[in-house]
Amino acid sequence: MESTDKNVKIKVEKLRKCFGDLEVLKDISTEIHEGEVVVILGPSGSGKSTFLRCLNRLEDATAGEIIVDGVNITAKKVNMNKVRENIGMVFQHFNLFNNMNVLDNLMLAPLELKKAEKKEAEERAKAMLKRVDLLEKADSYPSQLSGGQKQRVAIARALCMQPDIMLFDEPTSALDPEMVGEVLAVMKQLAADGMTMIIVTHEIGFAREVADRVIFMDGGYIVEEGTPQEVILNPKEPRTISFLNKVL
Amino acid sequence: MVKIISVYGEMLLFAMGRTLLLAFLGLFFACILGMIFGLLSVVKNKACNIISNIFVFVIRGVPMIVLAFFIYFGIPYLINTIMGVGGGFTLSALQAGTVCLALNCGAYMAEIIRAGIQSVDIGQMEAGRSLGLPYWKTMRKIILPQAIRTMIPSIINQFIITVKDTSILSVIGFPELVLAAKQVQANTFKAFETWAIVGIMYLIVITILSYVAKLVERRMNRGINR
Repeated sequence: MESTDKNVKIKVEKLRKCFGDLEVLKDISTEIHEGEVVVILGPSGSGKSTFLRCLNRLEDATAGEIIVDGVNITAKKVNMNKVRENIGMVFQHFNLFNNMNVLDNLMLAPLELKKAEKKEAEERAKAMLKRVDLLEKADSYPSQLSGGQKQRVAIARALCMQPDIMLFDEPTSALDPEMVGEVLAVMKQLAADGMTMIIVTHEIGFAREVADRVIFMDGGYIVEEGTPQEVILNPKEPRTISFLNKVL
Repeated sequence: MVKIISVYGEMLLFAMGRTLLLAFLGLFFACILGMIFGLLSVVKNKACNIISNIFVFVIRGVPMIVLAFFIYFGIPYLINTIMGVGGGFTLSALQAGTVCLALNCGAYMAEIIRAGIQSVDIGQMEAGRSLGLPYWKTMRKIILPQAIRTMIPSIINQFIITVKDTSILSVIGFPELVLAAKQVQANTFKAFETWAIVGIMYLIVITILSYVAKLVERRMNRGINR
């Protein structure tokens, strides 16, 4: 199914996801455009992370379709590894490879997947480290970094594959408050550079400032979506209003 | 004591060599079996998991001495009955002993390897996969290097157990240390000295093995910070 709109990066059609008897995603349909920054808000258990993980098929959809760059990734026979090369993901708990130093963390996938020669991979890795302001940590091991530094390395690692979509799964939730800012700053820069980003977060202020569109999820449904102005400042749905009242 | 050593020392040392040969062969194949069944138990495939579970369940549930008799006597008997050649097929004690040790130790190794792999945070696999790395590449480059470090102490322990378990294979007539010692005892009637000497010989070998293992462990952990 080829999308007619060339700007549509991701198209989600009637997505459902069950874990056993538990139906986490009930009926999700949306489109994400090139260069768009989408922030997903919602209480825990609302299915935001599961939704995000379906987009690069870390979770298999139970029903429905997800089309990324014209490729139906919910189809049985799809080269998911190839698709994932184009979708970077940043995790709540960083998930840096503990058995290698920062530079090797960044170079592993580009080298293994023959995306670059060694010299080129190293140059790009260093450029990315510079971008997140951590060039001096190239030889450090993950255990020697602070949480904020780890997350910035994780972002740099994803960028080394030169993806055109980036998924962020609560990237600041496991950080000390004073480290949240440095990670959000990197993400803001990324958004300004035109990256297509889908971000699950609890940082309402960040959503207001950076998001092109905010999606509020609850109970496995998209309850409300629109600009930050609409969803955060003038929510219409009672569920959105009560959530925002609690977190703001 | 001195007399036993001077007369039978060479024979006991030779038997010790046979013990080590058997242990080495058994451990070698046990590592291969353990790796195969350990990986079969962690992959996302029900059939593979079940095969691995059955292997571990059966081997762990049968005493090694029974396994030894089964392989040494039972299997050739079965083959000869089916083929109808009447006693044509036999296994040497070394062959049967190696298979027996490999199966027995392999089952425990499979469990150690399974536990080691599962001890690595699932996020490591997800991070690898999210970058587009295939499952086995992620396993080899990211998961196993981390898992092996946590497995090493248990693997060393299992190696030591297996070296000592070679003594069980004296029951199928493999001329290892315990069988040799029985002969010495029969010839000299000096039970205390004979078994004390044999005990000390095992102790020395295990001590050396433990020391080497410690060096390996330290080497593996060098430069790695968790």
